[in-house]
Amino acid sequence: MTTTTLDLTAKNTQTVSAYVKSGQPYVWLTAAAISVCFIITVALLFLTAARGMPHFWPADVLKAEYAEPGQAAIPLLVELVSEEEVSTARLKSAGAKLDDSVPFHTRDLVKVANRDLLGADFRYLLDEWIVNRSYPEDVVVLERAEWGNFHGFIAEVKQDGKIVASGAEAWAAYQPLQVRANQLREKLHAIEDGDIGPINAGLEKVRLDGRRLALEGKTKESAPEAYAALDIRKAEFDARYEKVRIELAALKAEMKRDALVLKAVDGTVKELDLSQIIRAYRPNEMGLLAKIGTYFSKLWEFVAADPREANTEGGIFPAIFGTVMMVMLMSVFVTPFGILAALYLREYAKQGPVTQMIRIAVNNLAGVPSIVYGMFGLGFFVYFMGGNIDRLFYEESLPAPTFGTPGILWASLTLAILTLPVVIVATEEGLARIPRSIREASLSLGATKAETLWKIVLPMASPAMMTGLILAIARAAGEVAPLMLVGVVKLAPSLPLDSIFPFVHLERKFMHLGFHIYDVGFQSPNVEAARPLVYATSFLLVLVIILLNISAIRIRNRLREKYKALEG
Amino acid sequence: MSETTTPPAVFTGQSITKAGTAFQPRVFKDNAARWVVWVGGLGVIAALLLIFFYLVSEVAPLFAPADFKSRPTYAVPGQGKTLYATVEEQGQIAMRVSDTGAVTFFDLNSGAVRHAQQLALNGLTVVDVTEVSAERGELAASLSDGSILQFSHNYDISYPNDKQLITPSVRFPKGEAATAFMPEAAQNLVVRENGDSQMLFGVDAAKSIHIKTFSRSENAITGETTVEVAGELNFKPAVAADLLLVEPLLAWLYVIDQKAGKIAFYKLDGAAEPKLVEVKEAGSEISAAQYLSGGISIIVAQTNGKVSQWFPARDKAGEPYLARVREFDLPGDAKPTALGVELRRRGFAVGDETGRVSVYYATSKRLIHSEKALDTAVSQVTFNPRAQVLYTESVDGKVHAYDVHNEHPEVSFAALWGKVWYESYDEQQWLWQSSSASSDFEPKFSLSPLAFGTLKGAFYAMIFAIPLAVLGAIFVANFMSPELRQVVKPTVELLAALPSVILGFLAGLWLAPFIESNLPGMFLLLILLPVSVPLFGYLWLNMPARVRYLMPAGWEGALLVPVIALVTWFCFGVAKPIEAVAFGGNMQAWMDSTFGIKYDQRNALVVGIAMGIAVIPTIFSIAEDAIFSVPKQLSLGSLALGASPWQTLVGVVMPTASPGIFSAIMIGLGRAVGETMIVLMATGNTPVTDISLFSGMRTLSANVAVEMPESEVGSTHFRLLFLAGLVLFIFTFFFNTLAEVVRARLRKKYESI
Repeated sequence: MTTTTLDLTAKNTQTVSAYVKSGQPYVWLTAAAISVCFIITVALLFLTAARGMPHFWPADVLKAEYAEPGQAAIPLLVELVSEEEVSTARLKSAGAKLDDSVPFHTRDLVKVANRDLLGADFRYLLDEWIVNRSYPEDVVVLERAEWGNFHGFIAEVKQDGKIVASGAEAWAAYQPLQVRANQLREKLHAIEDGDIGPINAGLEKVRLDGRRLALEGKTKESAPEAYAALDIRKAEFDARYEKVRIELAALKAEMKRDALVLKAVDGTVKELDLSQIIRAYRPNEMGLLAKIGTYFSKLWEFVAADPREANTEGGIFPAIFGTVMMVMLMSVFVTPFGILAALYLREYAKQGPVTQMIRIAVNNLAGVPSIVYGMFGLGFFVYFMGGNIDRLFYEESLPAPTFGTPGILWASLTLAILTLPVVIVATEEGLARIPRSIREASLSLGATKAETLWKIVLPMASPAMMTGLILAIARAAGEVAPLMLVGVVKLAPSLPLDSIFPFVHLERKFMHLGFHIYDVGFQSPNVEAARPLVYATSFLLVLVIILLNISAIRIRNRLREKYKALEG
Repeated sequence: MSETTTPPAVFTGQSITKAGTAFQPRVFKDNAARWVVWVGGLGVIAALLLIFFYLVSEVAPLFAPADFKSRPTYAVPGQGKTLYATVEEQGQIAMRVSDTGAVTFFDLNSGAVRHAQQLALNGLTVVDVTEVSAERGELAASLSDGSILQFSHNYDISYPNDKQLITPSVRFPKGEAATAFMPEAAQNLVVRENGDSQMLFGVDAAKSIHIKTFSRSENAITGETTVEVAGELNFKPAVAADLLLVEPLLAWLYVIDQKAGKIAFYKLDGAAEPKLVEVKEAGSEISAAQYLSGGISIIVAQTNGKVSQWFPARDKAGEPYLARVREFDLPGDAKPTALGVELRRRGFAVGDETGRVSVYYATSKRLIHSEKALDTAVSQVTFNPRAQVLYTESVDGKVHAYDVHNEHPEVSFAALWGKVWYESYDEQQWLWQSSSASSDFEPKFSLSPLAFGTLKGAFYAMIFAIPLAVLGAIFVANFMSPELRQVVKPTVELLAALPSVILGFLAGLWLAPFIESNLPGMFLLLILLPVSVPLFGYLWLNMPARVRYLMPAGWEGALLVPVIALVTWFCFGVAKPIEAVAFGGNMQAWMDSTFGIKYDQRNALVVGIAMGIAVIPTIFSIAEDAIFSVPKQLSLGSLALGASPWQTLVGVVMPTASPGIFSAIMIGLGRAVGETMIVLMATGNTPVTDISLFSGMRTLSANVAVEMPESEVGSTHFRLLFLAGLVLFIFTFFFNTLAEVVRARLRKKYESI
């Protein structure tokens, strides 16, 4: 509004005192404030992306020697992760033997991998002591099911204990064997999930049915046929289990067939079953295209696979799935009730001080700390409602709780309550924007109030409802504190949705992206290794939430345009 | 809103609002819709209000008074004078040991004898009975010839015909024979167990103390136990030994002279003679003394109507002394005659000469209940192990028991908010330490450090956020060009959508280590940035007009982005050399050695920045709205009268918009106070009360997140966490409402202009 007036006084402000007197320094300061806010926003987004995304890139592996003065040189085979300037004093207080002639040293964080041999994946090294650097092409990086990555060289390929290839041919001979091992592993997973899961569920059902009979007061004498039926069912499951067990044993033996003999850079020889290897590549010989291919394959694994090694490796699929399912359940609860409440407040309630108070109260509930909702969810939903449901319907499995323990149902209900104010406020706003004339036109044509609402008002307000819902989803997807109390776990053994009857298991605990970030970043035993994954997870979460928000904003803007036209 | 009006009947030939006798689906639908919306809408609002009432309902029992239900009074069954009385776990059967050696189990409701057993005394009498282990029900009786007989009272629970039946019995886990201890009867017998050895303490008629250690070994093959005397010691204490208290861990010994009212505090030293630390005056004659549960504090009943609590503490030089920690006044200053302690909590009961029994809780310094239980002086008062039954007996042999419902004695206003002198501490402190592995642990439930941490975090966050958000809002609303505003405002508001877990993660794992190694750079930035910006403005003003006109008006912010980036880069670039020269290369070590400021990696500075970033968009958005919607004619009028843009802002716009800015800050404060994940991840979560920028904190909300899942439902801890939640709820609700009201009035004001 006053944008052009800044220059009006420009002529006589070229002395310092005039400049200060004109107030322009303060204007510049306010400008700086918004610039800082803007920079922070952009930098945060950039930081999460820049730290997370390069993690999947198959970086070159450096072969070198670490020559600490006065000690024997140690051979290295490492990935350079980051480097920083550190003052000599800090290095000395950390135990390094240095003289004070140089005030700063470059310190590298390197990934040495081979945790089983070296104890830790990461090391801090002084850059100047890393000597004899080279990038040999035959360095191989193995992603293993346990103990993290392995850096080394392939010496031999073994089949049934016999050497089938060694030296230069080993790499080529190994490739098809790994494909086979991966196929076998998939088959194994398919059996474990697809066959054993239902059998276990069936056996558990038999056990619970048995307990129910006992609770109903039926003994083997009074109801022999019921118990006999149970025994038959149990025997059936046992037989099925036996069959699967044999199949599994055969598969496992198959998987044991091939092995690699590896040599670490310090000469340690290690033999590794192919079943233990997820993926292998030779980064130093890969071209750009091959690297890009590996990058996307690793990225896909991150999004689509299960986590390994206490969540520090592998993917985050269960967390994505849990987040999405929880949010969807929440939407199912929050949408109808939020709209009903908004309709009541705007269309049916008598507009007076009481309604106004309720409106302010509902509005302010959005500002109540989310942890308070979590406590409410835990106390009221889990302990009170869940406990009563268990006593009424799941008596046979007590004292092990079914619904009387945190789970996805309670989590989504808690978040539904948490996001209700968002939906109510947005919907109300949408309803308020609909011009009175439209309602009156409908009514004057003979429509009832319900018909007017259903056919005229609600369709026109639907974008507002959408906005509310999207904002609610965006808030719910990022909320962690209440979930920690009502159902999120670091590692859920099974998804809340699977092929076992009744398919949707609302009582199960689930994994969540936000909690995954907290857990892996702060409770993990190997934080350094997990950090890039946490950044990647954060980036994914931020991306989803920003997309949701942007779409909400766009819908809102479009809605405003639409009613401008109507009013005009 | 608008009433349904009756449409002209010409269209349909019938009125739809008057329900006739025939079924009219449209009317029915209309009414049904009305009902659904009414019920649904009110239901949802009720559900939201339920949160508040639920929190209150969980918190309320904390402040409910304890409930004491009287059981019938009757004459004590069995013969002899009661030396020891107790009630078993379930509160059904009481047990007494008399000086004749009769052990009588009787029904607590009626006094009917359930089981009676005479100890084999061979004509001796029992002088004193002491507990060897209250949890296991093991007792030791001191006999008139100076020997000791150990036995236990046991209760076997069976369910014949689905009804609970408790069968009491007396057993002799250490053998049925008495062990020789002293040449004459041991007064004030104390037995302490330490692994396989037992240490016996007794007082003879000459008031000197006998200490004897027995070691017990079991033959692995025959199963026979042999008892050997491992050490013996007699000594004359500094005061007359009327009462004797020995610490369970065998570190301290208290010798109490009742008449003189003196407590001699000794340090035990294995087999050697105990060393006197000091002698303290209680202030009056002492009628009784006992250990509180946990084995650290002793309580001393004084005839001047006071009960005092004492435990060993250390003075500034690190020397131990006996601290008189707190004092409890008996109602009516009556003379106390009997003491009884709870087994698993720091509660105790005092019986006095008037027959009144008062129940106290030590940590919270609370008188829980006081009632005249008996007509004559109280001789025995005791709790059952669960502290659900209080047993009282009078000198004239009457028994009166109570069912006690006393769930939350630990809570008092002073204990929640004031400084409390906890056991094993040397001074009064604010502490929150809710649980521990050991049951002897004294829970420390002071909300003060948590409330302090909450306010500290919010304070630093607001210090960071308010200048940035409010000044930013001023520029965007007042000076920024409209095109740029359309980009900048949504971008900053997008920050609000950033999940706090991500901010917390970045703060804890990126910002905290970054600040730790770039602390001088941070401070340099803090100084240089506000200086360099106006300086740049001045330089810009002195640029040739040709250059200045390249920038459209209202783009100052954009112009500053590279400037700020450059200054930031410069600050962190020169910070390390500065640190090397001025602070010996390590500013934290320098601060510690020069000012004694300890540096935690995850500290209030990190939280302030991270939480500040979280509240910036909230404050910014609301403040910007408030400033932007100041009616244009006001500022245009001011400008037309010759005021500069800054004068217009300060003189016209800000006074009008300030209530809006105030409400923005309130809402931001509400968010900062309740924020959980950021403080959880970016602080060390230690409940300290230290205002320092470089130390951590623990907030109410983070505390709930950490402790709630492990808290036992219905316990004091559980309810206190709900109290923390309720405090947060009320606090944020109050500030949000305040902000909302202010904004509503402001809107009205704008409309009227």
